[in-house]
Order: sequence, then structure tokens, then C-alpha cells
Amino acid sequence: MAGLTLRDVRKSYGDVQVMHGVDLDIEDGEFVVFVGPSGCGKSTLLRMIAGLEEISDGSVAIGERVVNDVAASKRGVAMVFQTYALYPHMTVYKNMAFGLKQAKTDPAEIKRRVDAAADILQITDYLDRSPRNLSGGQRQRVAIGRAIVRDPDVFLFDEPLSNLDAALRVQTRLEIARLHQRLNTTMIYVTHDQVEAMTLADKIVVLRDGRIEQVGSPIELYERPANAFVAQFIGSPKMNFFETADMPASAAAVLGREIGANDQVGLRPEHLTPADAGSAVIQGKLELVENLGEYALVHLATANGTEFIAKTEKPPVEALGETLSFTIKPELAHYFAKDTDLRA
Amino acid sequence: MHPALLGLVTIIMGVGGCVGYFWLSNIALDNFIYPPRGPNAGRNINRANIVRPWLFLFPALFALSVYLAYPVVETIRLSLTERVTQSDGSTTYDFVGFANYAQMMAEDKFWEALGNNMMWLIVVPALSTAFGLLAAQLTDRIGWGSIAKSLIFMPMAISFVGAAVIWKLVYDARPPGTEQIGILNAIYVWFSGNEPQQWLTVPFWNSFMLMIVLVWIQTGFAMVILSAALRGIPEETVEAAIVDGANPFQIFFKIKIPQIMGTIVVVWTTITIVVLKVFDIVFAMTNGQWETQVLANYMYDKLFRANDWGVGSAAAMVIMLLVTPILVWNVYNARKEMK
Repeated sequence: MAGLTLRDVRKSYGDVQVMHGVDLDIEDGEFVVFVGPSGCGKSTLLRMIAGLEEISDGSVAIGERVVNDVAASKRGVAMVFQTYALYPHMTVYKNMAFGLKQAKTDPAEIKRRVDAAADILQITDYLDRSPRNLSGGQRQRVAIGRAIVRDPDVFLFDEPLSNLDAALRVQTRLEIARLHQRLNTTMIYVTHDQVEAMTLADKIVVLRDGRIEQVGSPIELYERPANAFVAQFIGSPKMNFFETADMPASAAAVLGREIGANDQVGLRPEHLTPADAGSAVIQGKLELVENLGEYALVHLATANGTEFIAKTEKPPVEALGETLSFTIKPELAHYFAKDTDLRA
Repeated sequence: MHPALLGLVTIIMGVGGCVGYFWLSNIALDNFIYPPRGPNAGRNINRANIVRPWLFLFPALFALSVYLAYPVVETIRLSLTERVTQSDGSTTYDFVGFANYAQMMAEDKFWEALGNNMMWLIVVPALSTAFGLLAAQLTDRIGWGSIAKSLIFMPMAISFVGAAVIWKLVYDARPPGTEQIGILNAIYVWFSGNEPQQWLTVPFWNSFMLMIVLVWIQTGFAMVILSAALRGIPEETVEAAIVDGANPFQIFFKIKIPQIMGTIVVVWTTITIVVLKVFDIVFAMTNGQWETQVLANYMYDKLFRANDWGVGSAAAMVIMLLVTPILVWNVYNARKEMK
């Protein structure tokens, strides 16, 4: 078991720099999720930790040991890949035993560890099968099993759920969460799905264009996003942004704050509640309603033309084209400077 | 007529004839034989659709039966008969049972040919596949790999006889003291100071000199197929093996090769079939002298030089019996690969 320390980690392909100096501390036993849009460098960062990509500059330490020049297999990491990456010509048992065999582990010890891992993941019945005779969910469990038997200091997951169907994704997500509770090993998990990030993580690292935008617990990121990007990335549907021209005159009084020319106001759809025109923070013309039964997503546009979404308990009774008013608790409003995008 | 013009006319007539056949026969079927009108329109459409595949398959089936199926039957017949010229000048074919086979098996040259064929069978597919695999793996890793690949593939475009002539020059020997134009003798003389050797007359080793020619040709074929197979291996299985602690050799032998085993078998058996039929190279380089005889050349010798149709046909049957099981296995594996 070990924590990780990343210091000014950079990655370049030729002249193109893709990671621009990442500093990150990961505690022992922590579940850390790297999240961000595609191309943000989250997978690259994970692969640098795994030893599959060279570190161009800076240092990665696992525990006390700097591993920049240590081979992947000697870093004490185990990786679970998006496409499972099972060896198709080996049985499930041999797939799980391969790494241990490479490390010249005693055969009796290999058997004990594989059986134990198979037991945890409930794949004991499949040990003699070939991967091609397994379903997607079973394959992913074997891939996780292959990681467990190596008894690593750090588990690395590279979008492990994206090849599974929706129902299986939820189930496997729970299994990974349980696995973390049980093993209490450091886990680093890459995903572009913010639901996975919110539900699994002790700590979320939001990346964009090879830079860390914010590091924090899921609730910190939700309640106090450091900048406009994080604010819009965390939360679904994403946070609405308004400028002063969008807001009615009543807004300043409700929010207790004058909206300046350099202010962006961020209001989450789930925090907007229907109100009278007199106490409105935002008003918009009704354009579309998506009724999901449990709640409704109301699509509107302000007089200024800015589109926004409100999440309401019941669909509105008003007809399309009519103007609706919404209010919000002042402490739930977020403000970002327009020029820097930073929290104001 | 000028030969080039003749060729052009042949091509136009051939292609035109093919297109014309499919087009006209289709029109005839749809408009005259089973026209989709009248009281039986629906039944006619169904019947036309049943007939159409056979109509289109007919030229291929016809050509295959005339040029493949019939010769097999005729060869079997010839191998069991003896051609006798009667006093009036006519020829008759007398049934002699397996006498031709018995006569063939009594000949040393046949056993020499069979033995050499077995040696070819082991050496050529093994070396071609091994070199092809090596070339495929190495050329995928380097910047000028595609140039190297086209160079290795190029011998595939040379006819066997052409390749034989090229390699005959490699093994060429000039009288001692003169400039050696054969590269092998040039190197040999330069390093050893001995007199130049007539390489193709050195028994046992000369067979290998011939095999090298076929290996040189077939390596390109093996490389192209295996290179495609190697690229089809999911990169993540290789990365998983890296994390699992496999070194490059183990990745190649334990992860990559097992994943393309099916393709390797197909390549191996395909080359095996080529080897069993090998004729041109031996014919052009040694004509089976100095103990380099192979079955196909033996067959040719008997059939067209000695005019012994019976034994020649018997030799042909032996080749077919050897090729058939490998061919069946090859097709079986190729089909399995395609699934």
C-alpha cells in the first residue's frame, strides 16, 4: 500500500506538450478519479503512472520511491483496461496467473491467490473457460481479478466501465466501490463520466488540456467549483451561466449582490425554483419540456437569448412561448469573473 | 497480326465475352424464359430467381470441371493403363492395375524425389514463415518499415523461372583465375582462396540452394499476411503483458504469437502446398540432376521426356494424394480464421 506524489509531471510528443506540469498528492488508500473531457490528458497521466508512457519531465513517486525509470511491472501497480485486455488464448485462470508466473511466484501461492480473487469476484466457476466464452461483465471481472492477484500498491482503472451496457455499468460500479472498501488500497480511476466520478471518488481531479483545474472531494467540487469549467463539468444537467443583461431588475435584491459587467452568475438547474415575477432571479421563455416522470427538465431562453435549463418536480402548466420566473437561495448562486473564469 | 494487337483483341474479346454472357443470359432469363407477366408472373419471378445463381455460376463450374475435375479422372485412368502402339499405328490403352505404381516405386529416382520433397516440405515452409514473421514484427517497428516491406515482398512478383535464373547467377562459377560473377563464389574465393565451386552439383547441399530460392519468394507472402495479423492484435493485451512483467521476447512468443497462431497455420499450410507442387525452380536450375529431383519434375520427366504416360500419371497421383489432406486442413483453418 502506498500513496503517490506527482511533481511537475510533463509529457511531450516531439514539440507538442500535452501535460503541462501536474502536481498531485494521493494519500494511501484513497480512491482518486481523474475526470475531464476527451483529450484532456487523464489517460496519459494514468499511463505515465503505470509506466506505459515515458515521463518527459518531473517526477512520479509511489510511496517514497521515485518510479520514473522503474519498469511498469516493478512499480507495484496493476491496471484494468477499458477493453479488458484479456489474453484471448489463455483460460481465465491462466490470465489471472500470468503476472504472478512472470514474477516466478510459487505455484501453490499462485493458486491460492487466484482462488481467493476469484472468490471475491464470484468468477470461480469460470476459471477454466476461455475469455471469448464470457459476457462483457464477466470479462471485466476477470480483468479486475487479474489486477487483484498481483496484490498491488496501487490499482489503475482506465475507463473500465465504458464498454459495458448501462445496467451492468451501475452494477460493476458498485462492485468496484465495494472492492475498494474491502481492500482499502489506493485506486486511481479514469473516466469521462462525472456520475462515476461523483459516486466512486474520495478525491476528484478535474483535468483540462493537460492541466489540473481543481482537486477536491466530490461535494467540494459540486458546492465550490474553482472556476467556470469545473462548475459546468460537475453536475448534470450542467450549470446555467448568465451575465448581467440576462437578469431581471429583481435579481440583485434576491441575491443580495449587484451583478457587474465582469460577473458570470452560475445557477444549477436543480436549484432553480418557480417563483413570482416579483422575486425572480431569472426569467425565460418556455421552449421545451422533457418530462422524466420523477422530475422535468424545462428548457428556456432569457430575453437576452441565453438558453438555460431548470429542473422542476413537475412539468410547468404554462404553454410554450410563455415567460416563466425562477428564484434561488442566494447561497446556492456561484459567481465567476468573466475575464479569468475564476471563482469570484 | 502483331502479337501486342493480338493480345489486346484477346483481352477485349475475353472481357467482353464474359460481360456479354452475364448480361445477355440475364436478359434472356428475365424477358423470354420466365417473363414476369402473364397469368404466372409470380411463379415466373420465383423460378427465375432459382435459376439465376446457376446461370451465373455456370462458366466457372464449366471451366473448373473441364480443366480440373476431368483431368483428375483422366489422370487416374492413365495411371492404371499402359499405352500400346499397335502394328497398324493406332494406340490402345490396356488396363494394367497398379503396375505403373509398382514400376515407379522400384525406381531410385522416385524415392530420391520423394525424399527431397519431404526435405523441402520441412525446410521451406518453416523458414519462409519464420523469416516472414520476423520481417513482419521488425518492419512494423521502424520508420522505413514500409520500404523494407515492399523490398521483401518484391520477389513475389517474379516468376519462379525468373527467380531461378537470378539465383543461378548467384551460384554461377567461372573458371579459376577469372573474375567470379556469381556473388557466392566471389565471396567464397575472396575469403577462402580456394577454387570456385559448382555449387549446384554438390549433392545434399544443392537441394538447400534451390530451397533458398523458394524461401526468398515466399517470405514476402508470409510477411504480408502475418503483418496484418500482428496489427490485428489488441494493443491493450500487449500493454497488460508489460504491466504483468513480460519482456519483449515473452510478449512476442507468449502473447503475440499465440494470438495469431491460426494465421500462422494458414500461411504455413499454404506454403506447404506450393512446396509440394514445386517444379519450375528445379526444372530451370538443375533439372533434377545431382540428386535434386522432386516429384513434380519427376512427373514431367516421365510424362513429357520419357513419354511414359502411365508412370507420369502415377507420379501425379502421388502429388495429389499428398496435397489433398493439407489443402483440406488449410481451407478448414482459413474458414475458422474468417469467423
